[in-house]
Amino acid sequence: MEVLLIGLLAATLRVATPLILGTLGELFAERAGILNLGIEGTMFCGAFVGFVVGGATGNLWFGVLAAIVSGIFAGLLMGLMSVRLGVSQHVSGLGITLLLTGLSLFGFRLIYGEPRIPPSIQPFTKLSILGQVPILGEILGQYALTYIALALVPVCWWVLYRTNFGLQIRAVGENPEAADAAGVNVFLTRYLALAIAGGLMAAGGAFLSLAQLGAFTYGIIAGRGWVCIALIIFANWQPVRVLWGALLFGGVFALQLRLQTLGLKLPYEAFLALPYLVTIAALAVAGRNATYPAALLKAYKRE
Amino acid sequence: MPAIQMLGITKRFDPVLANDHVDFSLEPGEIHALLGENGAGKTTLMRILYGLYHADEGEILVDGQLAHITSPKEAITLGIGMVAQHFTLVPSLSVAENVVLGYTRGLGFDPLAAQQNVAEAAARFGIKTDPAALVRHLSVGERQRIEILKALYRNARVLIMDEPTSVLVPQEVNVLFETLERLRAAGLSVIFISHKLNEVMAVCDRITVLRQGRVVGTVDKTETSQAELACMMVGRETFGVVRHGEHPQGQVRLRLDHLNALDNKGLPALKQVSLEVQAGEILCIAGVSGNGQAELARVLAGTLKPAEGRILVEDQDLTGSDPSRFLAAGVGRIPEERHEGTIGELSVAENMVLERLDDFTRNGLLDRNLIRRHGEQLIAEYQIKAQPTDRMRTLSGGNIQKVVLARALSGKPRFLVASQPTRGLDVGATEYVRSKLLEQRDQGVAVLLISEDLDEVLALADRIAVIYEGRIVGVIPTQEASLEQLGLMMSGACPQGAARGGNS
Repeated sequence: MEVLLIGLLAATLRVATPLILGTLGELFAERAGILNLGIEGTMFCGAFVGFVVGGATGNLWFGVLAAIVSGIFAGLLMGLMSVRLGVSQHVSGLGITLLLTGLSLFGFRLIYGEPRIPPSIQPFTKLSILGQVPILGEILGQYALTYIALALVPVCWWVLYRTNFGLQIRAVGENPEAADAAGVNVFLTRYLALAIAGGLMAAGGAFLSLAQLGAFTYGIIAGRGWVCIALIIFANWQPVRVLWGALLFGGVFALQLRLQTLGLKLPYEAFLALPYLVTIAALAVAGRNATYPAALLKAYKRE
Repeated sequence: MPAIQMLGITKRFDPVLANDHVDFSLEPGEIHALLGENGAGKTTLMRILYGLYHADEGEILVDGQLAHITSPKEAITLGIGMVAQHFTLVPSLSVAENVVLGYTRGLGFDPLAAQQNVAEAAARFGIKTDPAALVRHLSVGERQRIEILKALYRNARVLIMDEPTSVLVPQEVNVLFETLERLRAAGLSVIFISHKLNEVMAVCDRITVLRQGRVVGTVDKTETSQAELACMMVGRETFGVVRHGEHPQGQVRLRLDHLNALDNKGLPALKQVSLEVQAGEILCIAGVSGNGQAELARVLAGTLKPAEGRILVEDQDLTGSDPSRFLAAGVGRIPEERHEGTIGELSVAENMVLERLDDFTRNGLLDRNLIRRHGEQLIAEYQIKAQPTDRMRTLSGGNIQKVVLARALSGKPRFLVASQPTRGLDVGATEYVRSKLLEQRDQGVAVLLISEDLDEVLALADRIAVIYEGRIVGVIPTQEASLEQLGLMMSGACPQGAARGGNS
């Protein structure tokens, strides 16, 4: 039982990591008034770019960096579509997901052909911060990226609520006309928010290929981007609640993995569906009082 | 030296010339009114000064220096602040955050320090506010003060106020005027955009009148009168619309029989309302806003089902019917909120046929030619400044109301409900709407006019019904009514002992 619980908690943190990164990214986009449905593709692209660069240079951190740069470009592309051109955010976001998924798969074919088993690399090793301390040492023996993701939660809170840039993001996401009239550059603020968002999302993807799996597969993201879209509503656009949402989802995901091994006579898909069912249920409860950023989905144009 | 000089400003929004070589100058320490009807070009001119629009021609001098103002940011740097008609505040942020937004330096943002700074600035200009409060929780008057404070915090020396009183209740107007006078005493200049003559005369030093994008003239308050200003605004002597003669007893077109209705919150809004409106008369519902007028209008449009009682239109029982049956029974409607009565993204011609789509349908398809011709005809008949294909939202308030009026009257109603039909309109449009209502009355239509403007009520009504807390406290013929008596009745005193039934 104790072993099971330790494994569960450790797995929870691991599963939650890409969700924390992705949802914090989406948080920046949506607080600035842009629903970025490019998140699924951006994470996929980040996983791919990180894997390729990490493998080619032999330095996994270069891989993470390259993934972040690719995410920033993805965010800026979203900005071009939704901020500059004022295209529907739904359409441009989904378009970016399709584009980046396709481009990444194309790049994958060029580099690796069609291998029968997915290519793999030596992934990040887990840190052992508390070394041999029983229980805690095992739970907290996580990848560095997990700690970075956890640390980013208060950092994002600080950026949003304790910097002028954060004030401007919150303002353009609620009332861009007001922000503009107050002398805030709405377009620049939204571009920057989307760039940050893209970088965080791509880092979440890179975590999967460079740490958790050490491999790249077609289904590596497996809808995690869409889960982030749901978590942001669950979190009511608050950074700290993003953490709780991601941990909840991660916990249920880790739990179903363990339930599968208990030998219950149920198809394994039923277990796989569990975290998503919990997400829907949590959304139904928490989402009812959701206060959307008022300018979400609205392109801003000066008259 | 003038604080602001605008010389030969021209701005064209095809095909309209919004500003036609406008000259305007503002002295330091004066409150200068920019007076004109809706669509006269006042707001356009000020948006150019604030960098929101760019003039096609002309130049702007600030303190004698030529200035190229291409964005609000540059206007702010030059000491120009603007309080727009629609407030530009972020409701979810605090007062202090709204005030300092866009005017902060460096990386960090300290909420407490911001509140401190804003509190100091507010105290310096004698503006009462709580810097920590969320703007969402503030009243309209308080929000407006935050807008003023925002401009002052940015060291504005010239404050543009775009129709600042249109959103305020009378007490708040007084507070605003006190604030403006305090600013003038501190050496600031204020540009006061308005179409209300009494306010302009009350608070301004000089008045520049615009008409159809051109300056008609600039006058000193001491050397002019409301009548002269009105004449300059509309380009002719105004005359109050006049009712002709007494109405003969006509047949009863509308009968409300002990009507009860609930509001959105499920509370009683109409209590035992019984009324009759006859052909060829205007019956006014007078009362302070929020006493059941909105619900009465909705009941008569068919969008609110009464809880009890009956609605009879020419002996047809319409109680609980759909809006379409009310229309079919000859009920014409001029809704209270004209933006809700029209669809901004549809064209003018399409809006004009919204209530009668069946008449414009051929073989199951809309007959677009017929719709366009119908639109052209009404536009000509009602002198609407628009093309049939223009999007509704591009029209000014007065023209929107004319479209609503044209739509309601083109259906040849036998009974007309008009809710606040002149609210927010300028002198010319108000007069036009009123004369149209009288025209309908003279043609034998039964008109129910819901109005909060007592001057309007006294000018138009044959009979006046006063509503208070959902009850009709009395119905009196207009020739027997006085302002004092109506005021008393509207405040709940019922001189006719009309309090029927129990209190709720």
